Amino acid sequence: MEPSREWPLYEVFVRGKRGLNHVHVGSLRAADAEMALRNARDLYTRRNEGVSIWVVEAKAITASSPDEKDPFFAPSGDKVYRHPTFYDIPENVPHM
Amino acid sequence: MSFDNALGAIAEDNDEARWAFGTGFHDPLAGIDASVPDGVDGADLAAYCLMLGDDALVMSHRLQEWCTHAPELEEEVALANIALDLLGQARLLLARAGAAMGTGQDETALTETVLTEDALAFFRDAPEFRNVRLVEEPNGDFAHAIVRLLLFSTWRLALLDRLTSSADPVLAAVAAKGVKEVAYHRDHAALWTIRLGDGTEESHRRTRRALDVLWPATGELFGVHEVERRAAAAGFGVDPADVRAEFDAVVGEVLAAAALPCPAPVPAEVAGRGGAHSAALGALLADMQGLARAHPGATW
Amino acid sequence: MDAADTDARTGADARLADFERTIERDQRIEPRDWMPDRYRSTMVRQIAQHAHSEIIGMQPEGAWITRAPSLRRKAILLAKVQDEAGHGLYLYSAAETLGADRPELTARLISGRQKYSSIFNYPTPSFADVGVIGWLVDGAAICNQVPLCRSSYGPYARAMIRICKEESFHQRQGYELLMTLMRGTEAQRRMVQESVDRWWWPSLMMFGPPDAESTHTAQSMAWKIKRHTNDELRQRFVDMTVPQAAALGVTLPDPDLRWNAERGHHDFGEVDWSELKRVISGDGPCNAERIEVRRAAHEDGAWVREAAAAHAAKRARREGEAA
Repeated sequence: MEPSREWPLYEVFVRGKRGLNHVHVGSLRAADAEMALRNARDLYTRRNEGVSIWVVEAKAITASSPDEKDPFFAPSGDKVYRHPTFYDIPENVPHM
Repeated sequence: MSFDNALGAIAEDNDEARWAFGTGFHDPLAGIDASVPDGVDGADLAAYCLMLGDDALVMSHRLQEWCTHAPELEEEVALANIALDLLGQARLLLARAGAAMGTGQDETALTETVLTEDALAFFRDAPEFRNVRLVEEPNGDFAHAIVRLLLFSTWRLALLDRLTSSADPVLAAVAAKGVKEVAYHRDHAALWTIRLGDGTEESHRRTRRALDVLWPATGELFGVHEVERRAAAAGFGVDPADVRAEFDAVVGEVLAAAALPCPAPVPAEVAGRGGAHSAALGALLADMQGLARAHPGATW
Repeated sequence: MDAADTDARTGADARLADFERTIERDQRIEPRDWMPDRYRSTMVRQIAQHAHSEIIGMQPEGAWITRAPSLRRKAILLAKVQDEAGHGLYLYSAAETLGADRPELTARLISGRQKYSSIFNYPTPSFADVGVIGWLVDGAAICNQVPLCRSSYGPYARAMIRICKEESFHQRQGYELLMTLMRGTEAQRRMVQESVDRWWWPSLMMFGPPDAESTHTAQSMAWKIKRHTNDELRQRFVDMTVPQAAALGVTLPDPDLRWNAERGHHDFGEVDWSELKRVISGDGPCNAERIEVRRAAHEDGAWVREAAAAHAAKRARREGEAA
């Protein structure tokens, strides 16, 4: 099989400090998971030590679709990274 | 939310440490006694710091030249990070050199004014620079950048690791900070060397050529200048000959994983450490120093 | 018309109503929500052009990194230009949530099918330009971008919050550099004024054409993609900048610039819109050069990206065989 010349898209999840969930912060392109992890550290945390990062290939994520009223859709499920409340928005920016 | 509220919300530094690049610099020298310790010769300490500082300054410059030319945007960020780390090391080391210069026991070395990092970076000519020639070679392709970074950071990490127990507390603190940074650089270079060496035919060929071009410059990494010999004897420096075994082992392992042949060791020599440089350094300095020299005495 | 068609149409109407209600309530549209095709394509275009601007915007200032006259300024400038690469990546990431593909967007930039901010087509012959770009260009960008933190499209709004925070650091460093130069030698002060003279009008052009001529504004306002008109933001920028210029001791090159007590705003002269059109349509001083640098980096990097992909495939195969 001819390998794809394009780097796949990885979604990035960061736990900013202990006691918090990993939060989806964005995505990036990388040739492999190791590169994705290092690029994520450079881009989204500036190599802040003690920060935990997950990367997962975007195509490996299964997501519910809000307007299909999926019966399995629940914020406590494992497919919720796109749920708005899971994003890190500073509290003093209202109307988010 | 009104416009002004939004601006206010953003201007507040509530989680800047997490997101902002280029801010939140910690002072690695906080709380450290900066006086030159007994038994350490100020002039030798200054000369030694210049060597390590010039290596970092010139290597950083070559990486800065990659800016806007990297093969992928993620790699722009990575290379800029490495260039920033090395620039930070250069600033600390040049500042230490400037501070130590006036404190030599040799009366003739006494100067009234302490030379700043900028005076040393911008107002010395090429023969006064003490970097090894490996870092001044002009840039080539990305394989060249990666192989140079592998050779340089493997060597520098071995040096800095030993310098964490330097008799000079400032040098030890700079090394402690640098070890973490350069370990990351070495990893970055090693992973890329393996990808390129064991990637496509073209990438293998380019990486091999980069190795051929750069390898002769490795002899200089292990040559011992008299300042280095005295610095090692006085306990504040490292004899570069001592790090050769570690360099050979690490580079050998990476090259094997990259399916690249490991060239034969190059005899040690002293060149850049004594001020002998290629024409490339002169051109680099013309670029770096031009504006600063056009406005002597100006503050930026 | 049979019943199935009617159902389908009712379904589409209901989805559109849902979409409009979400926007009406000032809630965010999220990637997997249904959205009108035109909303999707407008967002992709806007976010991609913004991303391209960040990446092209690295060049005018990046040219001064190796030549910066002090090591502190060099570090700040390198960090700033690196931020811009990061901003570009945040934005491409937001565009990809809409189904756009970054390699395709890059191809559109390089082939000139997608635009970037025309401000980056001006040259940077003086080091003072680094400070003036921070002050005026980043200042104008902040005026444009702060309202985008409330864009109706969630991933874009979130990217903008992060970007605006970092931009405020950029503007501060620019202004601080200019203050230092203005306190310096006569040559340095002249350098600043000369640079301000060149950048003032292009900065005003960053807000786009006057409202009367702007083609996208009405729909973008209704969908809360845009929250203020071009002229509103331009006025705000002028009002913010005039006192900053006074504090700095530089003159803004506009004889018509004066306080209008009746309006409660500054009046200012007419922007040369023919120049903006020229620069946007590719006839600016540096258009060709900017695209060429980006194209060369992308094409020279092709073998690297291919090698990394080939290596990843090899490793995956070996791991598969070992398992």
